Amino acid sequence: MEKRVRFKSAWLPWVLVAPQMAIVLVFFFWPAGQALYQSVLQEDAFGTSREFVGLENFRRLWEDPSYVDSFYTTALFSVLVAVIGICVALLLAVMANRVVRGAAIYKTLLIWPYAVAPVVAGVLWLMMFASPWGVVSYTLQALGYDWNHLLSGRDAMALIVMASVWKQISYNFLFFLAGLQSVPSSVIEAATIDGASPWKRFWSIVFPLLSPTTFFLLVMNVIYAFFDTFAIVDAATQGGPGKDTSILVYKVYYDGFKALDMGGSAAQSVVLMAVVILLTVFQFRFVEKKVQY
Amino acid sequence: MRFKPLALAGAAMLSMAMAMPAQAQTEIQWWHSMGGALGEWVNDLANQFNASQKDYKVVPTFKGSYDESMTAAIAAFRAGNAPDILQVFEVGTATMMASKGAIKPVAEVMKMAGVNFDPKAYVPAVAGYYTAPNGQMLSMPFNSSTVVFYYNKDAFKSAGLDTSKPPKTWPEVVLAAGKLKAAGHKCPFTTSWISWTQLENFSAWHNVLFSSLNNGFGGMGTRLEFNSPLHVRHFENLANMAKQGLFVYKGRNNAADATIVSGECAMATASAGLLGNLKRNAKFDFGVSTMPYYPDVAGAPQNSVIGGASLWVMSGKKNEVYKGVGQFLSYLAKPEVAAASHQRTGYLPVTTAAYELTEKSGFYKGNPGADVAVTQMIRKTTDKSRGIRIGNFVQVRTIIDEETENIWSGKKTPKEGLDAAVKRGNEQLERFQKANKG
Repeated sequence: MEKRVRFKSAWLPWVLVAPQMAIVLVFFFWPAGQALYQSVLQEDAFGTSREFVGLENFRRLWEDPSYVDSFYTTALFSVLVAVIGICVALLLAVMANRVVRGAAIYKTLLIWPYAVAPVVAGVLWLMMFASPWGVVSYTLQALGYDWNHLLSGRDAMALIVMASVWKQISYNFLFFLAGLQSVPSSVIEAATIDGASPWKRFWSIVFPLLSPTTFFLLVMNVIYAFFDTFAIVDAATQGGPGKDTSILVYKVYYDGFKALDMGGSAAQSVVLMAVVILLTVFQFRFVEKKVQY
Repeated sequence: MRFKPLALAGAAMLSMAMAMPAQAQTEIQWWHSMGGALGEWVNDLANQFNASQKDYKVVPTFKGSYDESMTAAIAAFRAGNAPDILQVFEVGTATMMASKGAIKPVAEVMKMAGVNFDPKAYVPAVAGYYTAPNGQMLSMPFNSSTVVFYYNKDAFKSAGLDTSKPPKTWPEVVLAAGKLKAAGHKCPFTTSWISWTQLENFSAWHNVLFSSLNNGFGGMGTRLEFNSPLHVRHFENLANMAKQGLFVYKGRNNAADATIVSGECAMATASAGLLGNLKRNAKFDFGVSTMPYYPDVAGAPQNSVIGGASLWVMSGKKNEVYKGVGQFLSYLAKPEVAAASHQRTGYLPVTTAAYELTEKSGFYKGNPGADVAVTQMIRKTTDKSRGIRIGNFVQVRTIIDEETENIWSGKKTPKEGLDAAVKRGNEQLERFQKANKG
């Protein structure tokens, strides 16, 4: 059977994709081109003197050992955010899917955090963990754990991971719930009659059917961790202590918007863009093979 | 009875016609970063000026924090809609000075407006900071603060310390902190703005350089020098205090301010501008004193250096606007206006006359501690204590935050931390020099 749509006209398909292409051009290619152009310039804050410096901005990045370190920080952060975010959301979705009474309330509550701005999420979690009066840090103190995200890199990383996961969980939850609700109940019933345990039913029927959703969410969560989390970092730790939570996108934001170093910031955003393109290609090449459609 | 509403309407129209200015007013856009009570102060200043004359109307707009309003103004400048007056924090001073095409020196604006302008009337330590090497004043001092030492008198009492004798030197701070800790205080000493209080002001106070070429006043080729033996000794002292729980690090920028006001920390170095907040919100008796120093260092204590912000005039505006800006800026510097601002906010007086007026009025007697910042500043400055004016200062301060956090957490020794901060900071200075060589 022919799957492709066939157009008799030569120009109609172009016209139909034109609006989409226009949006992509204006909102993606143009800014991306601007970033590329800026990354080879050096200028003062007001842009009154600008100068072409070639690859100088990039060279400087590689000479900065803390920039290379922040790749490691970013990798750790993104893996934690994506893995924890997906696992917790899946667990919540499975549980919410089984609820019969008051399901709408549970769902609404779980979707809520998505409406919170990242910077607010950062401040919210910072408040809970602020020592010594934060609710959580106070409890931890009572339990004998001396929480101090101001000086412990591990605590600071835990803080931004928790805030970022909390913010993203709703998004993941929505997709998982939709996925779960489209699992045909007849298949589950058949397995139940065959005597499969709930655990077995989940891993051999439900999860494989959710694998396209999981893959999609993996890609989206990595992109989220790479691009959308700078406000959380800014509000909660400002990249500290030392540079322990200075992930790549936070440095882009900091250098561009606080330090007004347009060239350096643009060079970093180009690097970041390349990393995400590579990661996405990798995911589609190798991880997608495990996905069953 | 029918004619009454008509008469009222007529009277209303008449009064409206009278209120209309003879010629159109020139609007002056003023972007600032003063929120809360300070925002009210800024609005009051604009309203009072607007009421004092008919030709100009100053319109203040709150644009977020200092770095946010500066970013907004730079974006607006690039798009050709810069505000007429912009409030810029001291850290942005070198950036503004280097952007010759973007700003109009205040001295020039005053000349265009034809107002009497005497740079000598301004408090030297403040005005000197905003003055170019050729002696031309570039921006208008507005809200300058400096570092002072706060202590909680109630905590002092409970630790058996004399509330009328705050520690004057660092060894005394250590002793007092030890007693406070023994009395059960979890945070004997803390500080806001690590770089500003413990390196920049520390250097001026001890008459040593923070960076070469007179802390950047001598030119763009300045390089950081805050890893000298004295600086290392001070940070070893602080690191030891941190290890013993005598100094508790409370975060970057002014994060520690809240712990001072809440009474959690008993002693602190912080901005003089915190005084108003303490007066309103502290539920304990507190005292203000001068910054501690090392008594064996020759020349200490010298004078402290400023923080806070000044007003810059942007380039490319109509002559009419500059005339109005000049009028407004000279209005702000009037002794009675400047004195009222100083008394209301805790910021330094901008002119010597405003300081004298405040003193004469007996304000300092009624508000003990309010004069500490002023007396720390109003001294003869040396080439090493005029202020710190370096490029890419925002990044340099962040680098200092990062490296000193490594010291408090024990990842680096004080010497390693300061050396690393100097090395990384100098790379920023080199870049600034390169980008602004024109």
